[in-house]
Amino acid sequence: MSFISGRRTGQRGTRRFTRRDLVVLGVLLGIPVLLDIAIVWGPTLASVALSFTSWDGIGDIKWVGTRNYANLFTNYPQFWPAARHNLLWLGFLGLVAAPFGLLLAVLIDKGVRFSRFYQSTLYMPVVLSLAVVGFIAQLIFSRDQGALNAIVGDTRTPTDWLGDPDLNIWMILLAAAWRHTGYVMILYLAGLKAVDPSLKEAAAIDGASETQTFFRIVFPTLRPVNVIVGVITVIESLRAFDIVYAVNHGRNGLELLSVLVTDNIIGEASRIGFGSAIAVVLLAVSLGFVVTYLVQELRGEKNR
Amino acid sequence: MTTRAAAVRPAPPAPTTARRRLRPGRLGVHAFLMTVSIAFLAPLVLAVYASLRPYDETSEYGYFSLPRHLSLDYYRQAFTDSGMTKYFVNTMIIAVPGVLVTLFLASFVAFALARLKMRGGLVLLMLFTAGNLLPQQVIVTPLYVVFNRIPLPYWMSDSMTMFDSYWAVVLVQIGFQLGFCVFVLANFMRTLPQEILEAAVVDGAGVWTQFWRITLPLCRPALAALGTLQFTWMYNDFLWALVFISDGDKLPITSALNNLRGQFFTDYNLLAAGSVIVALPTLVVFMLLQRHFIAGLTLGSNK
Repeated sequence: MSFISGRRTGQRGTRRFTRRDLVVLGVLLGIPVLLDIAIVWGPTLASVALSFTSWDGIGDIKWVGTRNYANLFTNYPQFWPAARHNLLWLGFLGLVAAPFGLLLAVLIDKGVRFSRFYQSTLYMPVVLSLAVVGFIAQLIFSRDQGALNAIVGDTRTPTDWLGDPDLNIWMILLAAAWRHTGYVMILYLAGLKAVDPSLKEAAAIDGASETQTFFRIVFPTLRPVNVIVGVITVIESLRAFDIVYAVNHGRNGLELLSVLVTDNIIGEASRIGFGSAIAVVLLAVSLGFVVTYLVQELRGEKNR
Repeated sequence: MTTRAAAVRPAPPAPTTARRRLRPGRLGVHAFLMTVSIAFLAPLVLAVYASLRPYDETSEYGYFSLPRHLSLDYYRQAFTDSGMTKYFVNTMIIAVPGVLVTLFLASFVAFALARLKMRGGLVLLMLFTAGNLLPQQVIVTPLYVVFNRIPLPYWMSDSMTMFDSYWAVVLVQIGFQLGFCVFVLANFMRTLPQEILEAAVVDGAGVWTQFWRITLPLCRPALAALGTLQFTWMYNDFLWALVFISDGDKLPITSALNNLRGQFFTDYNLLAAGSVIVALPTLVVFMLLQRHFIAGLTLGSNK
């Protein structure tokens, strides 16, 4: 979509700006850059620094080296379940919700009738906040009156879908996937619209079946969308918070790293250093993906 | 699978014969899509249905039963007792300036990056883009500490600090969303013809004129799309307000919903009504501006 009009970036820095231009540039570039540093990058670095300290938010900040991390990995019973849940989240959204979104996009892209209706319905959940999704999930999965138990017909010994710590994460994943599928579908639909139809026709003439055409011709051209979907899936899985917090504040089987961070800073015991250590774990995982993505973008940018 | 059989392209060549031949496959696709659509709609329908029924009734017969009484009592209750109106106002206080300032600042950065082709532009683009990809929890702790220490005069914040004021939430929203908007707008601006700008430069237009009079008007569709999307996101935000606002009366609507449950722990029907009230504006925005909303989501990815 976005081609620079043929010119390479950064080669014409000789254009002179008037003094007024420089003021405009300084102020209107300066404010957002400062804001980005103050709100995003500064705090990120501060989190890293604070993770090596012990602090309750009021008294002295004490340097404790890697003690927070040692405690986190060995001595904090919620940590590993939370990390596992985040991974599960990533796996479920990436291997179930995203492919399902792709399937829906492919079917709708065939131009069947009522496709407008299907599209709108399927991505309607995307506009809901995850907190609202969490509340709605309670209506469906609640033990005594929930719709799911009514359908299953299990009234004698009702299943406690959200209360059973072995079960609830899966129900929440279903609810999260409800929203994620639609999101992924929009992205793929846009991508599919951009695929050159002559490619498909050529494949059909060569006698390729529908499935072959899709996997050999169409899917490879969707690569940029695949990257975006991958990034969004990773980010959403690491950010996941609202939905479990709305259901039960992320306890009893619904622990997530994000919840542990929040609990440690706004909970009763303000453990800033320890909370930061958890945040840094989250950062380390996400940075791996973010950097991979950016390197790819950068390469694309250079080729333009 | 049905996928293969339903091989009718939207393209016109000989559609009548093809359509007749592939009927069964097509029906399969419809049956599948219809089932999924109904499954996707069901939770929302159930929420609306539950919100219209008294608690006693659903606790006796379950949400999945025929209605005996239907009323709007829970909606009245949500607005009168729980002050939903107040929370809506709070959301507007945060989201309206949030969206406008974000769009304005981001469009200038994007303009500088994409149209002026400044040195170091790529670094700047990466700085903003990567910032938006970090999990919110990574930045929450230091901001919480700092906001607690920044004093504000009483007329700006009745808590006398940045913490527990709208300023904190608006600022974080702007700072965090800038990244996404810069990324999207820079991509969009690269598609604009550079010649118009060059003509203006020859005519002696300054940076501001090139931005405000020439580039920005061309970005109207992108701005509309992004504005819609950003409004939805800021409206739906849950975490920022939860962490940075402690006074329940200042909460925006999505975070306030959490309190509704705190007060009436067992009454899920009231909660359903609250959820519907909170979801309604975004659903209406979505239905009215569907095209913009989707354009916003795909603008950033459609490279």
